[in-house]
Amino acid sequence: MKATVLVRPKHGILDPQGEAVQSSLRHLGFAVDEARVGRVVDLELEGDDPERARAELERMCEQLLANPLIESYEITVDPA
Amino acid sequence: MTSGAPRPTIAVVVFPGSNDHGDAVLALEGLGADAVPVWHGESELPEASAVVLPGGFSYGDYLRCGAIARFAPVMRAVTRFAGEGGLVLGICNGFQILCEAGLLPGTLRPNSSLSFVCRDVSLLVEHADTPFTTRCEPGERLTMPVKHGEGCYFADDQLLSELEVNRQVVLRYADNPNGSVADIAAVVNEERNVFGLMPHPEHAVDPLLGPTGGAAVLGSLVEAARERMLAMA
Repeated sequence: MKATVLVRPKHGILDPQGEAVQSSLRHLGFAVDEARVGRVVDLELEGDDPERARAELERMCEQLLANPLIESYEITVDPA
Repeated sequence: MTSGAPRPTIAVVVFPGSNDHGDAVLALEGLGADAVPVWHGESELPEASAVVLPGGFSYGDYLRCGAIARFAPVMRAVTRFAGEGGLVLGICNGFQILCEAGLLPGTLRPNSSLSFVCRDVSLLVEHADTPFTTRCEPGERLTMPVKHGEGCYFADDQLLSELEVNRQVVLRYADNPNGSVADIAAVVNEERNVFGLMPHPEHAVDPLLGPTGGAAVLGSLVEAARERMLAMA
């Protein structure tokens, strides 16, 4: 079973990387007001119960994949 | 330092990717301690009166600095040691590990400039009533180097006001090199036995090599470790 975790800087948290990307995009002539940079973790999970997988992924995020103080996360499970 | 004073044992944890443990050992030995390197895979600490987590790039700093190192076997022993009131000092990457492990509040983020900074900084001592700053005076300035890409200390507004009320902000930058909130360079836990700082005291103990502000911090720790050793004996 495949799953994807999207980790991004929490709303309101200064994101210097995003600011640098936004300013570079503007230099290239793109009309970009804001850019925020996060990270994607693609996982291949054992088992075939999406509900169980989701609960496990929550725990993975809380314990390791994200820092809840500064990052929010989004979990997508692909049952296929 | 009186040469006849009993020498406390201080454990210096070595992770894969640590690179400042050598200087930490030398500095602590010079200030009157017996420093013992401890590999990250150990599940027990040696009989020691204090533990130092040195600087470096533990586990390649993958994911977030310190995020993987906090799961090293030795960290369970360090957490137990801290829980029993043991003195724990985290320097740079060691500070990041202590934050990730939840032994210190807050977290360290990429520098606001996105640049690695490597230079001497001037630090303002806020509180001298921690085992890591007894040799300092409040208001005193200490000079020692920073060298990091991810030293921007962050705490949200609520945590920040708790830190200020509990007098946990121990050192502040006179000239903030990394965008840390409230110019914070060092924090201590509420119980005042776990301390973390981004600057490197172990690189600033010998006048031959530059500023010596680090001797005040490490000297305080050696003294506190000695008192602890004598109290336990």
